[in-house]
Amino acid sequence: MGTFISENFVPVKIHVKEQPQNFKRFGAQWTPTILIMTSDGDEAHRIEGFLPVEDFLAQLELGLGKALLREEKFQEAESHLRAVASEHADSESAPQALYWAGVAAYKGTKDPGKLKETYQNLLKRFPSSEWTRKGVVWAG
Amino acid sequence: MVALGISWLKDPDQALQVAKNQRKPALLDFSAAPQ
Repeated sequence: MGTFISENFVPVKIHVKEQPQNFKRFGAQWTPTILIMTSDGDEAHRIEGFLPVEDFLAQLELGLGKALLREEKFQEAESHLRAVASEHADSESAPQALYWAGVAAYKGTKDPGKLKETYQNLLKRFPSSEWTRKGVVWAG
Repeated sequence: MVALGISWLKDPDQALQVAKNQRKPALLDFSAAPQ
């Protein structure tokens, strides 16, 4: 996990006793809270509460993909998001990652077929997920 | 929450500036863990 964080993020630790003002500034109301911010300083993803390691790793890569998507690095974003959906297929992050991978694919190509294809994959793999219901408008 | 073996910064403004310079996302870990 340490290698993944060091390679992909600029990490900063903010302790509640040392920097309560930064808890307020960034809206952190509970610990642990993890914010993933784009290189332009926009919030891309927020993780609140403890997670087991595998779920946390999935959330980290989901956040990385969402940050890259916001930065319009569509191919790189899609690659990370698809990795979450395949390598952490049983995690709750997987359907959300697949949803955003479809968005990245669409934004990178302007091909609406990417959204329809994504919805079909969501329906097949995660039929009861809210992310599948969000994708229903892509069904065509 | 987060792993050992990481060079953590302590100043979020510094981290966001480094993130901007390196074109990498920043990870902010808000913690109450014993130090």
